[in-house]
Amino acid sequence: MESQLNQNQAVLKAAELEKQVSSPEGSLTILSEVSFEIPAGQSVAVVGSSGAGKSTLLALLAGLDLPTKGHVVLNGSNLGQLDEDGRAKVRAENVGFIFQSFHLVPSLNALENVMLPMELAGMAKAREAAQGIIDTVGLGKRWSHYPAQLSGGEKQRVAIARAFALDPAVLFADEPTGNLDTNTGKHIVDLMFELNRDSATTLVLVTHDLALAEKCDRILTLDAGRLVSDSGATA
Amino acid sequence: MKSLAYALKTFPRELRSGEVLVLLAAVALAVAALTAVGFLTDRIGKAVARQANEVLAADLRLRSPEPIPVEWQDAASQQGLQTAETMTFPSVVYGGDLSTLATIKAVSANYPLRGAVRVSDTLFGEQRTVDDVPARGEVWADGALLARIDADVGDLVQLGDSELRVSAVLTYRPDQSIGFASLAPSVLVNIDDIPGANLLGEGSRVGYALLVAGLDEDVNAFYTAIEDDLPESVRSSNREESSEQAFNAADRAQRFLSLTAIISLLLSAVAVAMSARRFAQRRMDTVALMKSLGATQGFVISVATVQLLLLGIVGVTIGAIVGYGAEKALSVILADLIAADLPPTGWMPVVLACGSALVLLIGFALPSILQLRNTPPLRVLRHDAMPPAPSRLLIAGLALGAVAALLYRSVGDPQILAILLGGIVVIAATLYLVGRLLVMSMGRFRSGVGVAWRYGLANIARRGRSSAIQVVAFGLGLTVLLLLTIVRTDLLEGWRQTINEEAPNHFMINIQPYELEPVAEIFVANNVEVPDFVPLVRARMVTVNGEDVKTRTYPDPGGEWMANREANLSFAAKLSPTNEVIDGEWWPEDYSGPPLVSVEEEAAVETGLVVGDEIVYRVAGQEVALTIASIRRVNWDSFEPNFFMMLSPGALDNLPTTYISSLHLKPGEESVLVPLVRAHPSISVIDIDAILQQVRDIIDKASLAVQAVFIFTLAAGVAVLFAAVQSTIDERRFESAMLRALGAEKRTVFAGVMAEFAALGIAAGVLASVGASVLAAVIATRVFDLPYEFNPILWIAGVGAGVIIVSLSGYIAARSAVNSPPVAVLRTA
Repeated sequence: MESQLNQNQAVLKAAELEKQVSSPEGSLTILSEVSFEIPAGQSVAVVGSSGAGKSTLLALLAGLDLPTKGHVVLNGSNLGQLDEDGRAKVRAENVGFIFQSFHLVPSLNALENVMLPMELAGMAKAREAAQGIIDTVGLGKRWSHYPAQLSGGEKQRVAIARAFALDPAVLFADEPTGNLDTNTGKHIVDLMFELNRDSATTLVLVTHDLALAEKCDRILTLDAGRLVSDSGATA
Repeated sequence: MKSLAYALKTFPRELRSGEVLVLLAAVALAVAALTAVGFLTDRIGKAVARQANEVLAADLRLRSPEPIPVEWQDAASQQGLQTAETMTFPSVVYGGDLSTLATIKAVSANYPLRGAVRVSDTLFGEQRTVDDVPARGEVWADGALLARIDADVGDLVQLGDSELRVSAVLTYRPDQSIGFASLAPSVLVNIDDIPGANLLGEGSRVGYALLVAGLDEDVNAFYTAIEDDLPESVRSSNREESSEQAFNAADRAQRFLSLTAIISLLLSAVAVAMSARRFAQRRMDTVALMKSLGATQGFVISVATVQLLLLGIVGVTIGAIVGYGAEKALSVILADLIAADLPPTGWMPVVLACGSALVLLIGFALPSILQLRNTPPLRVLRHDAMPPAPSRLLIAGLALGAVAALLYRSVGDPQILAILLGGIVVIAATLYLVGRLLVMSMGRFRSGVGVAWRYGLANIARRGRSSAIQVVAFGLGLTVLLLLTIVRTDLLEGWRQTINEEAPNHFMINIQPYELEPVAEIFVANNVEVPDFVPLVRARMVTVNGEDVKTRTYPDPGGEWMANREANLSFAAKLSPTNEVIDGEWWPEDYSGPPLVSVEEEAAVETGLVVGDEIVYRVAGQEVALTIASIRRVNWDSFEPNFFMMLSPGALDNLPTTYISSLHLKPGEESVLVPLVRAHPSISVIDIDAILQQVRDIIDKASLAVQAVFIFTLAAGVAVLFAAVQSTIDERRFESAMLRALGAEKRTVFAGVMAEFAALGIAAGVLASVGASVLAAVIATRVFDLPYEFNPILWIAGVGAGVIIVSLSGYIAARSAVNSPPVAVLRTA
């Protein structure tokens, strides 16, 4: 299996994660006692029904939110010990994102959207580099189009190009095919896994789609906020 | 540095995307309005001030009992100022066997430097403006003088050793006194004729004057240069000391313009605040994304601030160009008012408008921008994750601070500023509270109405705070629109009424008691209404409560002067309609008791007199003791004869009395004056028509200017309404698409949206009517010294305008939302 490489070093570590939020009905526990480690280069799917806590887990792993208890270590950095700017810096250096609703900046064209993380990281020659990646995802001729002028599949290609722009250590994908038709979704998944393989990135994928999950090396199953199963891929 | 480079690099993309257009438009509109208002107030202010300067016939007048030194003339010329010289002295004018004492006004070539002399070719004939002075060998004499010496235009008169020809009847000169001091009729003569007439010997009472006019700064520079060398005997006058009435009018015009500028500013501020809020909300997703991609808070806030600043610069540039162009266009429209020789205003209004725009952005846009800093990156996964709302104290503090800073420049008076700020805060708070109440009460109406209204009312209730804020915004916009339209008209009307069309246009003075009857007969014979004759007795105050007026102490130096001068006393049984008793009581019409006096308010304050004080006057060797019965407020603008001291009937019996009268002569009725002055040459007739016309002109032109400026204010008001509607447009588009996807007809959705706006409009209209009424009362009574009368039209117009304007804005906004294909809207959501 492709997934057996670089397993000696954990790039992402979740320890005793718990997340509670306050609601009109009182305190609500969304995640509880979730612990696991993900070695570099592994592709991991997080599955579970709606409300199981998948997106919350993703937010905690990426440092977009903080756990009520427990901690996350991302490529050696304990996110709980960092302030918001510190976590942003960790993300800038280590993380790429692909979202269900693409999250492209509407005022920027396709190329400029890909350039965004490069510019944030102060990378020289961002335009040339972005142009290269956008060619790779097959949008070379449409680089000057704005998100409103692109189809759903094209938007997600731009988002994938953006996610891989800085060659991140970890790529987080939140239901990447959720807004796409089956055929387009299949192309997008192929593209994502191809780029992931080429760059040896660790992939954390949140999905409902079991077929998609089975493409990953490992599947974490959440139910009512608890990790109920941690299994290797069966494919 | 990285953020600056990024902000600069991405700014053109932001502009191109059109996302920031609302805010850009708000800033540009604010600057355009402020620039145009600034330019206009500056120029109109100068024009009005210059018109007020007419009463001096100059911008600065130096009067001296000695001839004006040549050095002063030279100093004025060096500053590039226009100058003219005048000499004024009493002398006897002969015509055949008759002669009369006259005031001789000898003038040099440029006289008058401000305003114009008017003459007519026959006695009380049609007047025309002239722009030169009498040629050598000629005089222009006033009608009373010609009547006294039985002369006419074309006749020769003798002045000293010279014979001069009367070439016109002098009807008006800008610097003529309208008081009673210059009783002798006047003659205008060329200054070069004076030496040859050999009129001035030792001890002649000649008043010399140097008239100066030019740019304000040059006049000031000139005055500063000579100020230290001015002998004590020289009196200088500028606009501030000139005619009370003309100055009052100029001052009120300035206040009206300032009020308009202030309202434009407030509306712009509201528009900027609302569009900045939308600007920030629309950026929230991008900020969350940038944070998820590794951007720090400092980076996010720097980018947003720099871009806001850049946006400010672009907005200011567009606004300044539009404002400058608009000012040019308005100047053409108002060419008649804004004299061509007015100095250019320079770039100061643009600089001030840019500064104001910056203050506006800091005060009204910055809180929204600062909020962006705390946008949680989690928002990329959970769209309901919002940054904590900025501190209300911070928002209110920044906004009030900005408004105060901006208003202070326009108002320049802490008391008026406090009243205005107080009014704004009270109305906003009231509007907000009632807005919340309205929103809460919506639920009660929902069950009894059709589906469209239920949907509309449900929308208002659901948006809670946002609906209340919209009511505040609409209400505030409407308040100022009402203030500007109806209240402005009311105020202007009130102001104009203080000098109504029936105001007297002629004064007759020095009428002897035995002349009353024959004079009245002349009026009757000419079918002109006989005017009232008011008695007048010249007297000197001797003691107050037994204390000598010379040794008494006074609260104000003006009081000392008033107590020691020769006073004009009058008596009346009835209180004049232009007077109002503010302390004590007016005597009964049939009063016949001990002599009483009613003192004018300001005179009483300055001389320290109160009801019950005892004053003794000396009249022709007799002493008259008077008890103060009341203190009166006098409307001096009325042009009716009014007196500081009004006595009870009988108080002045058997004392030497003359009469004065004021009369309103309709066009054509002036001919009655010819037989009158010929039969009674000692009576002086003063034509104040021209002066009245001057004051009316100032008022008319100033109100025209206010209306022109009002166009911008209206534009700013509409911008607020659109910004308010625009702030909810995305939500509305989505809801409309949802409802239509669920099967609602376009018409139903549309009616629901319209019902919502109509309800908001009613609420805002009611609140605006209350607000405008209260503010108007405060402004009328405290700022403009006018009585306030409640106007019910305000309410009808307020609610009507609320429903119409808000619904119209809603219609325009809703049309695009309702018409958007549901699938497109839902897909991009």
